[in-house]
Amino acid sequence: MKFTHDTIERKTGLLIALVIFVVSIGGLVEIVPLFFQKNLIEPVAGLKPYDPLRLVGRDIYVREGCYNCHSQMIRPFRAETERYGPYSVAGEFVYDRPFQWGSKRTGPDLARVGGRYSDEWHRLHLDNPRAVVPDSNMPRYDFLDRPITGPEVSRRMKVLKMLGHPYTDEEIANAGATIKDKTELDALVAYLQGLGIQIKASKGQS
Amino acid sequence: MNDLLGSGFLAPGWGWYVAILTVLSLLACLWILRANSTKKAATGEVKLHGQNEWDGLREYDNPLPKWWSNLFYITVIFAFAYLLLYPGLIVTNGLLGWSTASLYRDEVKEMKAETDPIFDAYSKQDVKTVSADKGALKIGARLFQTYCVQCHGTDMRGSKGFPNLVDNDWLYPGTPEGIKTTILEGRNGMMPAFASVLKPDQITDAAQYVLSLSGRSTAPDAVGRGEVTFKQICSACHGLDGKGNVALGAPNLTDSIWLYGGSLATIVETLNKGRQGQMPAQKDTLGEARVHLLAAYVYAQSQEQAQSQPQSNRKP
Repeated sequence: MKFTHDTIERKTGLLIALVIFVVSIGGLVEIVPLFFQKNLIEPVAGLKPYDPLRLVGRDIYVREGCYNCHSQMIRPFRAETERYGPYSVAGEFVYDRPFQWGSKRTGPDLARVGGRYSDEWHRLHLDNPRAVVPDSNMPRYDFLDRPITGPEVSRRMKVLKMLGHPYTDEEIANAGATIKDKTELDALVAYLQGLGIQIKASKGQS
Repeated sequence: MNDLLGSGFLAPGWGWYVAILTVLSLLACLWILRANSTKKAATGEVKLHGQNEWDGLREYDNPLPKWWSNLFYITVIFAFAYLLLYPGLIVTNGLLGWSTASLYRDEVKEMKAETDPIFDAYSKQDVKTVSADKGALKIGARLFQTYCVQCHGTDMRGSKGFPNLVDNDWLYPGTPEGIKTTILEGRNGMMPAFASVLKPDQITDAAQYVLSLSGRSTAPDAVGRGEVTFKQICSACHGLDGKGNVALGAPNLTDSIWLYGGSLATIVETLNKGRQGQMPAQKDTLGEARVHLLAAYVYAQSQEQAQSQPQSNRKP
């Protein structure tokens, strides 16, 4: 059998097998090694899995679709690092399932918003963004000042533990108690205040 | 920090895995190109493709035009050249030494070469001197409009819970160096909640006394009772005369400037629930050189605007 396209195109089964083989090489080279690359799978220094309150806050961030207008990805351009802080690296997102990089910035990037404003600022701003930034076009999230609902946070943590997040059994058992009496607003603010605080500009990134 | 954007695999073999697969598939492309190319038939001879015949029609098997087949070879050559120059094979960094990290580094370096001398020159002067420099104020204004307006407002007049910077009333020292410290290190203002310590009556009385400090109370009895509470508890931070203390960030209660509002209801709320004011530290975010200029700008603006309007126009 001559290995020419004349032979291959006459045998459909062989054609399919070869197409799959050729296409899979792209994935084998470009995707598979990423699962074994240290800076992609190891957390950056100081990064911990989300504590219960922040985990709930993250779910609210996702539920409200914050990613539609806010990215969490500072690209390695000077113009971005001047405004937002050091560029984002993969190791900061190992506990994000799924990551909230986003692709659109109607509002500013939030990758390093943690500690940038006071808790009180976030509360006022979420309640009514115009209260602190007069020309903001962000919608109001005044309804967030209500008790946390949805599945038990300990269940969410159990699932994440199965996926490899290093929660201890004790943390999971106490999770419900730590967020008792908290509001969705508390959770979201806690989530925002912890974003991107592991890497500081002063330590340099060169 | 070079490896932030670089490779770094768990096992060194992964680099070779990528390199070998990549080179092999390029060579396979070459081989397939060669194996499937046909020679031009001799003059007069007709070369047919396969044995099939469709309704008496048969397909010629002429080679691709040279320029066309050469395009395929050129893509393969391009690929090899690319992999030689850029770090595509992972096992080598490429002859150009290019990386996204280096691209960023170069961009920053270029800009730093331009801006560092400017910042350095200002950093060597004290904040007060810088605050008289027109160029520095221009830079400071830009910095302020980028990093500070979210809380303090584009007009520097703040809003509820966020201090007005140009009313010449300072929670923390309003000296050039004091402002710089505030921006660098941040401040945590803490008014404790008294709902669980004082009875509701005591709180309203104390609030009436606070109103009387700025001459606005309408209930002399309550003021008298509130004074006792104030002198016992509140004076620890706000002082016996109620003029506050910039070392603690305790506001002056005798003027008409209020951070959270000066109505009776708001003062009662403040007493009941307490207040948490936080100025985030900017040392890590902005760096000292920029903070230096910002402090100079804020100081200059506060001086200039305080002179033009000695009375604050903030409503109580």
